[in-house]
Amino acid sequence: MKAFAALLDRLAYTPSRNDKLRLLADYFAATPDPDRGFALAALTDGLFFRLPVRRILTDLVGSRVDPVLFDLSRDYVGDTAETIALIWPGGSAGPEPPRLAAIVEALQSAPPAEIPALLADWLNRLDAAGRWALLKLMTGALRVGVSARLAKTALSEWSGVPLADIEEVWHGLFPPYGELFAWLTGTGPRPELAGRATFRPLMLSHQIDDKDLPSIAPHEFVAEWKWDGIRVQAANQGGERRLFSRTGDDISGSFPDVVSSLPEGVVLDGELLVMRNGEVAPFNDLQQRLNRKVVSGALLKSHPAHIRLYDILFEGGEDLRALPFVARRARLEAWHKAHTPRRTDLSRLIDFASVDELKGLWSGARETGIEGLMLKRRDSPYLAGRPKGHWYKWKRAPLVIDAVLMYAQRGSGKRSSYYSDYTFGAWRDGEAGTPELVPVGKSYFGFTDEELKELDRWVRNHTVDSFGPVRQVEPKLVFEVAFDSVHRSTRHKSGVAMRFPRINRIRWDKPAAEADRLETLSAMIVE
Amino acid sequence: MTPEKFESWLRVDRKGLYCRPGRFHIDPYGGAERAVVTHGHSDHARPGHDHVLATRETLAVMRARLGTPARVSSQAASYGERIMIGDVAVTLIPAGHVLGSAQVLIEWKGARAVVSGDYKRRSDPTCPRFELVPCHLFITEATFGLPVFQHGDAREEVAKLLKSHAQFPERAHVVGVYGLGKCQRLIVLLREAGYDRPIYIHGALAECCALYESFGVRLGALKPATGAAREDLKGEIVLAPPSAIADRWSRRLPDPVTAFASGWMCVRARARQQGVELPLVISDHADWRELTETIAETGAEEVWVTHGREEALLHHIKTTGRKGRALALIGREDEDQ
Repeated sequence: MKAFAALLDRLAYTPSRNDKLRLLADYFAATPDPDRGFALAALTDGLFFRLPVRRILTDLVGSRVDPVLFDLSRDYVGDTAETIALIWPGGSAGPEPPRLAAIVEALQSAPPAEIPALLADWLNRLDAAGRWALLKLMTGALRVGVSARLAKTALSEWSGVPLADIEEVWHGLFPPYGELFAWLTGTGPRPELAGRATFRPLMLSHQIDDKDLPSIAPHEFVAEWKWDGIRVQAANQGGERRLFSRTGDDISGSFPDVVSSLPEGVVLDGELLVMRNGEVAPFNDLQQRLNRKVVSGALLKSHPAHIRLYDILFEGGEDLRALPFVARRARLEAWHKAHTPRRTDLSRLIDFASVDELKGLWSGARETGIEGLMLKRRDSPYLAGRPKGHWYKWKRAPLVIDAVLMYAQRGSGKRSSYYSDYTFGAWRDGEAGTPELVPVGKSYFGFTDEELKELDRWVRNHTVDSFGPVRQVEPKLVFEVAFDSVHRSTRHKSGVAMRFPRINRIRWDKPAAEADRLETLSAMIVE
Repeated sequence: MTPEKFESWLRVDRKGLYCRPGRFHIDPYGGAERAVVTHGHSDHARPGHDHVLATRETLAVMRARLGTPARVSSQAASYGERIMIGDVAVTLIPAGHVLGSAQVLIEWKGARAVVSGDYKRRSDPTCPRFELVPCHLFITEATFGLPVFQHGDAREEVAKLLKSHAQFPERAHVVGVYGLGKCQRLIVLLREAGYDRPIYIHGALAECCALYESFGVRLGALKPATGAAREDLKGEIVLAPPSAIADRWSRRLPDPVTAFASGWMCVRARARQQGVELPLVISDHADWRELTETIAETGAEEVWVTHGREEALLHHIKTTGRKGRALALIGREDEDQ
């Protein structure tokens, strides 16, 4: 547990992806089985304990700590679990701290009535960092900035086994992953998982610009709309129905409505959307459904999910990935006609004779949910990763507004000495009719390192107030902000939320009074 | 035991805590006529007093930082030496906080009061260990006066720094340290852990390091960080004042891991707000257990709490059946930075 706690502690404070990879790799190298396997499971959201952790802890702490002192401490620390980890009396001096594997195994098998005594014993034997890690583990929310994908990438870099190979076997394996570690360390064979619902790495596209479009030969390609949802892989193999995100995270639990109707033996590629009455809902609606371990019936009804199918990878256990696109498409159409699972439809193919025709189609597209056009080579096999010369995406030109810099916050990691995260606003009429700025978005990219230095200097020279790591600046600097779309939001004071805002240009020349008004932004909302 | 109430001869005035029969202040602000100074940190050792009584080390710190410790005269006291000021006896006792730090034992008409100053009870190779003095009135600090503050073994925190140093050999490790005390303690702890490379220090730390050396604390090879080539700082440990670690000064360092050695670092929000990547919980103050155990061990029936989070400590004092009181001394916020 000590090594796991130390790892979590470092990860929680380490902003850089590469540094996280190194910390993870070092941990996997230095930690024996089965501890490292359980750690991997915790990091990839693979451990759930159905325990009333909060209530158990309240009881345990209530009998050990004066309530007045606890409340004062909680107010100071700001987080209940962290307060308990810090305030727990004793610790570290006692007997050997428990091993991670011993804790996980006990949590999985002990009768509920014994859990409080076990927990108290572990807390007594751990130091503050260990207690914090234990509470995070039990509540199932590590929040140390590590995705399942990152953990697998660390396994790959540490072992030298390609990430795609690890992804292929991943979803057929279970904690504490002894088989996996044996394979990765060269002491065991590759795990055998034929006929099981495992993630097959997706085929991805390259961005194409207007100027490169003429190089596309119409007879070699087909076009499809690119829908504004999330790319998914849906599978039913060996009776296991799974939905995977683009990065291989298992999101089946959040979307029971779309996977329940999949027939046996199929692996599909498509876009996950929220659809009502045949219309694609804004991306915001889909976001309500993401990252939920449990979905309420009400949400299933108000935000019904749907998969618009792009491709088929397996049918009846047959691997179709080597077939050319048009052949797979024919199989997809025939399969869909035969089964037509609920909450699925096919992405429409768009024939085009010339690039100009394509441009005409594109500029005429007004339907919501369309994010761009995909161009796919007719003879491309389904290849993992982002192969060159096969698939292209042609995205809609971004929307832009001119906004005024209001607040700047220190970045993290390499940027911790720079004010690099910017909140910008648009004008509206305040009380008494005087114009005021209201924040409309936040962004920390789009500018060069040189520009960052200039921005940092500007922020320091124009600060009017500061709150911790945040500085309020004089409303004098205009950013041209590019974004993909804008939506209504009840969570923001301005009532709008931008998607992917980035700093397109710094308008050193433009007077702040000439920046855009909130109404301009509101008018861009897609209903 | 206490024929006169303590309030009648020890009280807080504009300049701080004042001993009426001895006509001296303890750690006063502003120019006082006669001051007893517990240690050299700038919120305790202030300029402009006429007469100053302190340890030899504290006077040296004041000389280095302020130019002169006193306007008229300064008097050095050894630990344990009983000095009469009028009919009041004053004795300086090791406080274990930093080099030269002292508690002040004040005896008058059979009553014993101890002003703890800032203190810690665990071992620190750079200064003599805290000594417990039984007393009737204990005037305690409360910087870490909440039970969430349980400082662990500083050597484990140093091990954490050295592990990171081994894991990221191409990066510099910059550690924020308070210039007097924390800096030198961390250096000696690193040396004791076997780290024998030169340690790079920010210019603002050099004077205190030299002063510790002059009192016989061996720090090993130190090099100035300011002016060193970026390339030369790869894989090195650099110490700097907290204000410099995540600001423009640190940009000269090669991809630094930002660490901070402070008792506050056990609170995550606090570490995160300061952009710290490697928090090291190393404190020169007493933690909750030290504060409460010391109060009990002194046998004091009355406890006054000076600066810090006094609310929790006063609650504790009350629940243990003692008389407690908060002393409102201004200007002692959030030290140990």
